[in-house]
Amino acid sequence: MSTAVVIPGREVEERPSYVTVARSVGSWLLTTDHKRIGLLYLASITVFLFLGGLFAMLIRIEHLSPGPTIMTAATYNKMFTLHGITMVWLFMIPSIPTVFGNFLLPIMIGAKDVAFPRLNLLSWYIFVFGACWVLFAMIWGGVDTGWTFYVPYSSVAPSAVVPVAMGIFIVGFSTIITGVNFITTVHTMRAASVGWLRMPLFVWAMYGVSVIQVLATPVLGISLVLVGIDHWLDWGLFDPARGGDPVLYQHLFWFYSHPAVYIMILPAMGVVSEIVPTFSHKNPYSYLAIAISTFGIAFVGFLSWGHHMFVAGMSTVDVGAFGVMTMGVAIFSAIKVFTWTLTMRKGAISLKAPLLYVFAFLFLFVFGGMTGVAVATTSLDVHWHDTYFVVAHFHFIMVGGTLTAFLAALHYWFPKVTGRMYPERLGMLSAVMVFGGFFVTFFPQFLLGNAGMPRRYYHYPAEYQSLNVVSSAGAFVLGGAMLLTLTYLLWAAIFGERCGPNPWQSRSWEWLGESPPPKHNYRETPCFSHDPYAYDVPLEDIHV
Amino acid sequence: MPQFILDLLDLPPQGSTASYGIDALHVFVITTTMISSTLVFAMAIYFVVRYRRKSDDELTPRTGATVWSEGTLIVGILSLFILWWVIGFRQFVAMHDPPANAATVYVTAKQWMWTFTYPDGRVANDVLTVPVGRPVKLAMTSRDVIHSFYVPAFRAKQDVVPGRYTSIWFQATEPGDYPIYCAEYCGVAHSLMRGTVKVMAPADYESWLNQPVRDASGLTDLRTEGENAARRRECLACHTVDGQRHVGPTWAGLYGSLVTMSDGRRVLADEEYLTRSMMEPNADVVEGFKSVMPSYFGGLPQPEVGAIVEYIKSLRDVTPSGIQLPTLSITPLAQSDAGAPGAGPPLLPETP
Repeated sequence: MSTAVVIPGREVEERPSYVTVARSVGSWLLTTDHKRIGLLYLASITVFLFLGGLFAMLIRIEHLSPGPTIMTAATYNKMFTLHGITMVWLFMIPSIPTVFGNFLLPIMIGAKDVAFPRLNLLSWYIFVFGACWVLFAMIWGGVDTGWTFYVPYSSVAPSAVVPVAMGIFIVGFSTIITGVNFITTVHTMRAASVGWLRMPLFVWAMYGVSVIQVLATPVLGISLVLVGIDHWLDWGLFDPARGGDPVLYQHLFWFYSHPAVYIMILPAMGVVSEIVPTFSHKNPYSYLAIAISTFGIAFVGFLSWGHHMFVAGMSTVDVGAFGVMTMGVAIFSAIKVFTWTLTMRKGAISLKAPLLYVFAFLFLFVFGGMTGVAVATTSLDVHWHDTYFVVAHFHFIMVGGTLTAFLAALHYWFPKVTGRMYPERLGMLSAVMVFGGFFVTFFPQFLLGNAGMPRRYYHYPAEYQSLNVVSSAGAFVLGGAMLLTLTYLLWAAIFGERCGPNPWQSRSWEWLGESPPPKHNYRETPCFSHDPYAYDVPLEDIHV
Repeated sequence: MPQFILDLLDLPPQGSTASYGIDALHVFVITTTMISSTLVFAMAIYFVVRYRRKSDDELTPRTGATVWSEGTLIVGILSLFILWWVIGFRQFVAMHDPPANAATVYVTAKQWMWTFTYPDGRVANDVLTVPVGRPVKLAMTSRDVIHSFYVPAFRAKQDVVPGRYTSIWFQATEPGDYPIYCAEYCGVAHSLMRGTVKVMAPADYESWLNQPVRDASGLTDLRTEGENAARRRECLACHTVDGQRHVGPTWAGLYGSLVTMSDGRRVLADEEYLTRSMMEPNADVVEGFKSVMPSYFGGLPQPEVGAIVEYIKSLRDVTPSGIQLPTLSITPLAQSDAGAPGAGPPLLPETP
């Protein structure tokens, strides 16, 4: 794979890429190269994505009829828990930061690796160990509490709550280590020419998400340990008969899990902030607005957890306060959406698969986000809370937002990672299928929620069947699109056409070197002549 | 609201006074949502067509946002969101503020059943019978895990939590049967924990009320039940019903009054407060009293809790006499046969 690469304006001698520099299995398993660790993460989370998808398909098949279809109620309850835990902790939270953050962050700031390369490898091992632990505990013992582990049910549930909680506790350390690593890297490893307000916007997103990871994940750990103590040692921490409070657990859980939503969506926003300028050949409408709103979301995200608890028995004053705080998150998200859209104005737009995915993201994220404001509107939430409306809303954000952005990133940086091009027509086709399949799956669930169908319902009243069947049909299209994408990307990684270092003529710094990059990214500490969005300057004039 | 809009949104029939305002806000919010996501998408499509790339090395001018444009955007969107919040929160407060004449029904949830206890002493499982056009307040608690009482047609939902009372109120507008769902996941039969609200026209409700529900076992109304339970459980050993000061605060005139706690808080003595005082006596210790009452959690069946609350409510108009009995010094340990701190009094045999 070590072909000669031509960097505009300069002749360089050939260097082996990070892939060809060593080929043994051991060189991958013991690597401290951030790019290889990114790929290790990519391989593992892809497995979990498809596992979680499989569980989702089984749930959708079960819902084809109002009564029992293919599984018992107990299996169904374990299935949605399995789906939730796998998707949230084993795919969604690590997805973009550990794969693209690891691969790109050092390159984007002109560094040769992250600040703690060995810790970085350790985080992957912790992740894989914890993930296998979780999956083993769930399949061996099973947990039927839902991914939220609400007490007192989780204290008395006849299932393997403690081992699963322990597994998630372990996975949490991997998240914290990655967060600490990224924060330190951004602070200490930036090349001299990389000022804070010159960094690519993806770096801002990674920085913001790392701050949330480091601050919020310990609270999840604490909550899970408390559940474990309650379940195992029977201390009655959340047992009202002994002075405990079940609602306290919900406060603790959502204090983590609400910011966790932003752990999932902020990286997606970072991806979109890179793809839109590259394919529009246009500087962002407002660099500052995107960077600042990232931190606005991170900050307000910590103050809005109570909107998950409007009907839990909180005081009316609390409900009002959390309701208005949530509007703050919405306004920062709205700023981003308009900034991305207006970035395209007066650009030179080339509609390729990554941008098509971003379009899907824009529509689904705006729709999902606005329904988020709707469920934050206190009186409306009373009707929608814990119904399929909420299920549809957060899938619009998680799948419509994060998953489409993840796929967009996968296509956009595919030439960077492999040096080869994915098949463009198949890319467009899969983007359309993902969007269509997703919409058909989840739009009917808004209507089911309006009609009053509660979530986590094994049996449902017969009048909800037709919408459930439509939803299941959409899930098959979405599942097919995912399989198609996996197939052609694997094919293209080996047989795809070589495409040169910068097929998108991007000005962003990660594209200015070789693709795939050499082991240490740069020969010497780079000096970037222009900012990463200099589309008013010909590519030949931009130097590293 | 026109029926076709309800059908389009797949909303259930509007069965309560609150549902009309909520549905109106619903339509406003969803319409705005649809329009704005479509507009953003359409704007993106327009830019793709209008500014499509003509050649690979095309350069673009460096332009950016002005403070004015960003400011307008932020103020505009934020005012829309705040408008929703104001309307929504006003509705939310109204939904949680029952009118003074609301009839109370006690609700006990357990895996996987709803039990409704009426003030006249009758008890029903999974069927809640209410009259049309009269506000009904539900005082709810759970015996095991968290459940959530949800009537889609009333747009009403409230979690039902063990160890505390939560409440919700509604006023039904149309006679009919409306499904009750449990909306908080509560175990293997969660999806079968359903019930029905039977809303009756005034005449039907009257005849339902006058149906003989008593058997010969001597059951009386809930207030008398409460008085008996209070005697049986030795509540009256420490609490008087005529306003005299004793080991604990008197029950005369207690319900509906503002009580000052030893830490200075002032708490409204409503159903939730009274129940909490039975279950967690040390959570709210009234100013001037010692923290000596044992917890009755697990020791009092829920119908008796409701009955005692109902009894205390019946004493709200008794004027305190102001006579003070000599203060007794009693320690909770000496009083409790079980011996362990916090343990409830020994279980007495259930009344038939």
